[in-house]
Amino acid sequence: MKASWLAEVSPRGRWLLAALLVVLLAAPLLVDDYVLSVLILVLYFAYLGQAWNIMMGFAGQLSLGHALYFGLGAYASAALYAKYGISPWLGMAAGAALAAVAGAFIGALGFRFRIGGVYFAVLTIAFAEFTRILFDHFDWVGGTAGFFLPVSNRTGNDLVMLRGAPVMFYYVWLAGAAGVLVLCRGLLSSRLGYYWLAIREDEVAAEALGIDTFRYKILAVMLSAALTACGGVVYAFYYNNLFPEPVFSIGRSIDMLLGAVTGGVGTMMGPIVGAFILTPLAEALTVALSPLQEVMRLDGLKEVFYGLCVVLIVVFQRHGVWPYLSRKLGLGTEAKP
Amino acid sequence: MLLDTYLNQIVSGVLTGLVYGLSALGLSVIFGVCKIVNFAHGEMMVIGMYVALLLFRWLGLDPLVSIPLVALLLFGLGYALQAGVINRLIDVPDHMQFLLLAAVAIIIVSGCLMVFGPDAQNVPLDYAYDSYALGPLLVDKVRVLAGAAAIAVALLLGAFFRWTRTGKSIRACADNLMGARVIGLDVRRLFALSFGLGAACIGAAGCILLTLVDVHPYLATEYTLLAFVIVIVGGLGSLAGALLAGVLIGVSEAVAGLLIDPSLKSMFSFGLLILVLLFRPQGLMGRRAG
Repeated sequence: MKASWLAEVSPRGRWLLAALLVVLLAAPLLVDDYVLSVLILVLYFAYLGQAWNIMMGFAGQLSLGHALYFGLGAYASAALYAKYGISPWLGMAAGAALAAVAGAFIGALGFRFRIGGVYFAVLTIAFAEFTRILFDHFDWVGGTAGFFLPVSNRTGNDLVMLRGAPVMFYYVWLAGAAGVLVLCRGLLSSRLGYYWLAIREDEVAAEALGIDTFRYKILAVMLSAALTACGGVVYAFYYNNLFPEPVFSIGRSIDMLLGAVTGGVGTMMGPIVGAFILTPLAEALTVALSPLQEVMRLDGLKEVFYGLCVVLIVVFQRHGVWPYLSRKLGLGTEAKP
Repeated sequence: MLLDTYLNQIVSGVLTGLVYGLSALGLSVIFGVCKIVNFAHGEMMVIGMYVALLLFRWLGLDPLVSIPLVALLLFGLGYALQAGVINRLIDVPDHMQFLLLAAVAIIIVSGCLMVFGPDAQNVPLDYAYDSYALGPLLVDKVRVLAGAAAIAVALLLGAFFRWTRTGKSIRACADNLMGARVIGLDVRRLFALSFGLGAACIGAAGCILLTLVDVHPYLATEYTLLAFVIVIVGGLGSLAGALLAGVLIGVSEAVAGLLIDPSLKSMFSFGLLILVLLFRPQGLMGRRAG
């Protein structure tokens, strides 16, 4: 049974979601810096997971090279800010546009030539790696030496230029994660959303109905790419440094989709649930293993456990955790396919 | 003088490419038969490299001599992985399969990190600096042996698939799974066997590679991607194609290193991949998807 985008969150689930939102809004006042940084990571992955999920859920194509769009957004906005003093929000528009074009290009290549499944996934990896190596040699933005944003001592939070304390970024990410959820919900109820659902469920039938599947799949990719790029922008301004290797690497692409796939691909709540499970899991493992780390230097032990957990999740919940939770806890209503 | 440099680089590229081709063979077998994309490919190869390293340290075995042992070990590992874990997930969607193997990859890399540490380690061979002179060519002995070993293993594998009953059964599964089931082949066992074989191949390639490069836990990703490029360029399901594409990539990397910046050599490979995916997706020697 495939979990579908139509898996509406039940009334009970909606209450829970609203409660969660309230808690998240108040969190910075209640928790310490460490927990705040973990929450920022959770929201970051929740946002990116949803952005990635749009392409997978709507266009039905597995992309393993989303780091490409992330990096384009990050570098574009960072360069515009550091070199020309342009606000990151405008930089975001530029980065998103650039990523959308790249996504359209890759999508067009893939869909026009009917490359599917694994081959398309490898194509996306190839483009991301290609760009990574390109940026290694792109000295205008630092190349391998890295690109750094000017950081100055500020007393307040400047939202326009995205300079400020982690708390400010927390709310930006929260707004982003919540915003994407609302956006997806809104899109799905629109004509465009129904076209997408039709394409996802049965592309041939959709074409037979006269839907221009090529165009709408490209649109999904472009949206996914643009949103991912926006995430890259905030990342750049939060960490203030960019290197081609961590930004464009396949590791980053994988990080982005881990939450979405764990939670449940193609569902609305999946990426969010996944992010809320995986990130705290990773942190909890680090904390739990730290006494052991004191005694013997065992770098990598945490990742071993983390990997094992993911394997267990895949083996026991092959459709993702959210569909299971939504059934067990009555948080969702299932529209029988 | 310049021609000599190019010739030397090309020969070196061919020999290295044969090793790449062997590792790609392993990936091709696994994908061709089990239809599983082994994203833990590079990681398995790194395991092979580390085992060969240990055998060298403890028993003084030349990595090339260790090939049968390492291949056997990795066969067991692959068989167990397929039979124990992956077989349960035979018809999950692509992304779940990918996630599973990516997680396995993480476990392997981190495990290696824990056991061996992050430093690059290598095998100091006595003949590491020897070379053969053939006219204008000066070829490293290590590379010649590596290339020869790769060809030997590949031929062995080819012979297995061609002439043994099990080999033919595995090919049957790859060609027509439903048909294979209909005639009564034990598909589950054959899948596990294939995965084991593919892993053994990868392990052998790792042994050979150890004579050429240093090993460290993070070597894996690069080689996974390289193997994918080679398999797709060569054509899934074609053993000769994998070797041929391996040589092609090896040579292009070597020449790219001469013509342009060596650090850009991977761009060449990825560019080639993109071109092949667009204009000849079945690969140079692959059969049409079926």
